[in-house]
Amino acid sequence: MLTNHRLLSPTFLVVLITFVVCVGLSTQANNDPANNVSAASPTVVDGLAAWAQIYSVLISPRCVNCHTATNYPQQGDDRHRHFANVIRGQEGRGVTALRCIGCHQEVNADSTGVPGGPDWHLAPLSMRWQDMNDRPLSSVAVCRAVTDRSRNENMDGRALLTHHQEAALVLWAWNPGRRPDGTMRSLPPLTHEAFVAATRTWVDAGTPCPRGK
Amino acid sequence: MATYQLNVNGQTKKVEADPSTPLLWVLREELKMTGTKYGCGISACGACTVHLNGIATRSCIVPVSLIGDQKIITIEGIASDPVGRAVQNAWVEKDVVQCGYCQSGQIMSAVALLKANTKPTDTNIEESMGGNLCRCATYVRIREAIKRAAEQVA
Repeated sequence: MLTNHRLLSPTFLVVLITFVVCVGLSTQANNDPANNVSAASPTVVDGLAAWAQIYSVLISPRCVNCHTATNYPQQGDDRHRHFANVIRGQEGRGVTALRCIGCHQEVNADSTGVPGGPDWHLAPLSMRWQDMNDRPLSSVAVCRAVTDRSRNENMDGRALLTHHQEAALVLWAWNPGRRPDGTMRSLPPLTHEAFVAATRTWVDAGTPCPRGK
Repeated sequence: MATYQLNVNGQTKKVEADPSTPLLWVLREELKMTGTKYGCGISACGACTVHLNGIATRSCIVPVSLIGDQKIITIEGIASDPVGRAVQNAWVEKDVVQCGYCQSGQIMSAVALLKANTKPTDTNIEESMGGNLCRCATYVRIREAIKRAAEQVA
């Protein structure tokens, strides 16, 4: 009996571990917001904390430089006005003989230091995250803009999550290429994975915005 | 080094170049098409302007590796286009040029403007041509010539 017990014990343990792992994975999958199960939905407090993380990315130079309130984009970590008299134009894509894509190609041009991505353009003025003096808007104001479907191209929470996950110019922020001097451009304060995770939490919490101005 | 087949002014041109080489230097050094000028090298002056699929593009900052099958039009080929011919004629009529160094870029930008807007206002002209610098300050004559070309195109 003792011998049999010793023989069976490892087998039993393997079965037990497999069961526990499967249950664990199942629970994890159920907690995944993508599966639309709200067994452990984040609270509003969780959502506001996640928004604070999102906001830190949105006002980083890689994002906010093209979310201006003025008729020009910005460039650099000091967010100075784009050189060469570049202006917004009616659709945020420059003007006829001075289009954004006249310099910014589909991908970064690291040998010349010019950033690039598909359909390089400014965000619409409805998505401006700065004031006319180039100061970033408050967390409250940016959150209101981002969640206002009359201003955000009619995106609900899920669409915002997809936008943060997949939009080419959003992804560019984490692959911004080299500056003309050959050094790498700085990145947003979160990794893209952390940014998406924060967005997911915020969306699952109901896209709460902080109160105030 | 890599081999590229470029569509330049309607002709296929085979060139060998380092992928990082700006289109400007491929045009000037490899293809000996020196009408397109080097000014600043950082897209700030517009002297190197060519058209890529009709878009006025600063050739000094676009690596040849990114050109692909886009159609390149340079100052050498612009006269075959009716708008290009009208702009060149207007440039001569209005005696725009002083030293002339920037003028191929000015003409390429002016053609791009008139192809999109056949009746440009002063504001349209200032905005669209704002990236093309002229150290001889021929801006007033450039504006007159663009308006003259617009009359011819209309």
